[in-house]
Amino acid sequence: MTAQSQPGRIVNLTGDEERRVGESLTILALRRLRRDRLTMLALGVLALLTLLAVSAPIIENALGVSYSRTNVTQAFLPVGSPGHLLGTDDLGRDHLARLLYAGQVSLGIAFSAGLLSIVIGVSLGIVTGYYGGVIDDFVIWVVTTINSVPSLFLLLIVSAVILQNKELAAIVGSGGGALVIILGLLGWTGTTRLVRGETLSIREREFIISARAIGASPWRIMFSHILPNLVSVVVITLAIDIGTLILVEAALSFLQLGVKPPTPTWGNMLTNSQDFFTKGVHLVIAPGLLIVITVLCLYVIGDGIRDAFDPTAVD
Amino acid sequence: MIKYTLRRLIQAIPTFFGITILSYGLMLAAPGGPVRALTFDPKVTPQERERLAARLGVNDSLPIQYLRWLLGDDWMRWDSDGDGIADRSFLLSLDADGDGEPEPPGTRRGILRGDFGRSFYQKRPVIDIIVERIPATLELGFASLLVALAVGVPIGIVAAVKRGSVFDNFTRVMAVVFNAVPVFWLGIVLILIFGSTLRLLPMGSRCSALAIGGCPPVFERLEYLLLPTLVLATGGIAGYSRYMRASMLDVINQDYIRTAKSKGLSARQVWFRHGARNALIPLATFLGPAITGLLGGAAITETVFSWPGLGRLAVGAVVQQDYPVVMAVVIMTAVATILGFILSDILYALIDPRIRFS
Repeated sequence: MTAQSQPGRIVNLTGDEERRVGESLTILALRRLRRDRLTMLALGVLALLTLLAVSAPIIENALGVSYSRTNVTQAFLPVGSPGHLLGTDDLGRDHLARLLYAGQVSLGIAFSAGLLSIVIGVSLGIVTGYYGGVIDDFVIWVVTTINSVPSLFLLLIVSAVILQNKELAAIVGSGGGALVIILGLLGWTGTTRLVRGETLSIREREFIISARAIGASPWRIMFSHILPNLVSVVVITLAIDIGTLILVEAALSFLQLGVKPPTPTWGNMLTNSQDFFTKGVHLVIAPGLLIVITVLCLYVIGDGIRDAFDPTAVD
Repeated sequence: MIKYTLRRLIQAIPTFFGITILSYGLMLAAPGGPVRALTFDPKVTPQERERLAARLGVNDSLPIQYLRWLLGDDWMRWDSDGDGIADRSFLLSLDADGDGEPEPPGTRRGILRGDFGRSFYQKRPVIDIIVERIPATLELGFASLLVALAVGVPIGIVAAVKRGSVFDNFTRVMAVVFNAVPVFWLGIVLILIFGSTLRLLPMGSRCSALAIGGCPPVFERLEYLLLPTLVLATGGIAGYSRYMRASMLDVINQDYIRTAKSKGLSARQVWFRHGARNALIPLATFLGPAITGLLGGAAITETVFSWPGLGRLAVGAVVQQDYPVVMAVVIMTAVATILGFILSDILYALIDPRIRFS
């Protein structure tokens, strides 16, 4: 997607040696990615987890269990109990079904919030980087201000304020939707900084100057000339941000300031886990393990894409 | 250097005001508050409530309310002759509730002068509550910073010296893995293993509940400090080891390392006397973010381990809707963060003579 996007054609350069020239960095990166086994494994595991979470209702039906039906006589069944593959929780609900539904909620929130914050972050970053001046000063002031409060603190307070305020909760909703908005509206600062920096350097390049010379409007320059050059940065940031958002959502829900029970998320399934130490260790281990695996996959994918898009890397 | 420090402090002022506006906005959006609390008191009539609201200034314009919160109201409505009745005013009306009698003089001093108001829940000055909690947070914070540096830095050095070795790869993988572990879950699992199952360490708290007259000195209750310190330090260990490795690899390509080698010094001397010492310099820039991380991350660690610090105070205050306490913690943490960043810049310049204060 760089300036010299040309289909890869083979030319004879030095005798027998054949080299691809004019191949875009994106095609090159995708080829590198396909050969990167660790990243492909992470992608596979993440896809599998997502698929399992999405098909939670089907799996629930097939196994004849329910994530919400309580049955106190069957509380704290261990892993491998007949009818309950991963046992049951303190209220006798099927643990496997709950983990899958929780995955739906946790992944859904993190992906949506990640997309929302990347859209805000990239647009603001491009605009401030391109225009500079007062807009830039103002946005940077907002970014510095938000960043000087530890992000988890800020999220805790904002989500508490919004969820406890009936009028605000009526606007953003409660539960998952509200959390998406809160996480999305507070998570863009890092992306903005990054994109602003990239834009600052791209806008001085020749192809931008020539676009300006032939009379392209600022919006056209920003979104059809600068934006395509940011694709790799955006994809890397998105992968890593979604991973971090899963951790943040889990922490908020764990502290009962995110998604509230009975809706399960991996975070709020751990809220009372200290009471389960003697009765059901699987209730403590499984949700955390799923968080670790998912976040690890996203971090590995982010790193893999970074390496694949590294223009200085030798093939 | 004094000039540089001053300039950095002045540059921080807009950020500080940004934080006060942010906090104040959040407090406005928050439900509850002293007047709301009175609506549930059957002994208070609606008229009385209105008068009280007027006295508290709830009906004033937002900028005035913000100003009063920031700078206090003792200079807005004051008592010049000392008879207990306000007779002079500035910005505020002398008779706010319109009953024909002047209001008592303002007593609030504003957050800029350390008056964060009174806790809704504990009914005493917020500043007292915070001062009580600071030692516990500092204790945990410094212990984990120390552990993070003591473990992370050597790992980074060894990983760089043995680049590409099993150790290097193993520590790199572990750093990524530990970044993906939720802090609260790590704490719970450690409590499960060492507290509940093996019964080697306490399950939480800062010292035994039976301790009379506060907790004994740190070294008499290290078993309480061990797990929360480890949990809070993991992020730092992962970060510092990766950073130290990169910094070491940067340094070994410098000319003075080649000189040291060509002088015939042993590899150990080159690595540790010349390499590691210089590679440590960029770590100074990590001090600022480290403070934010310790305070922010501490909210969860402190909650999981029932550690009576600022983080747990803030989480509890959020749940109890005790907003004066929440805002005070936010503002103090933010100020600590801003100062941390400035301090790390100054330290950086002090340690590295190549950097000038300009």
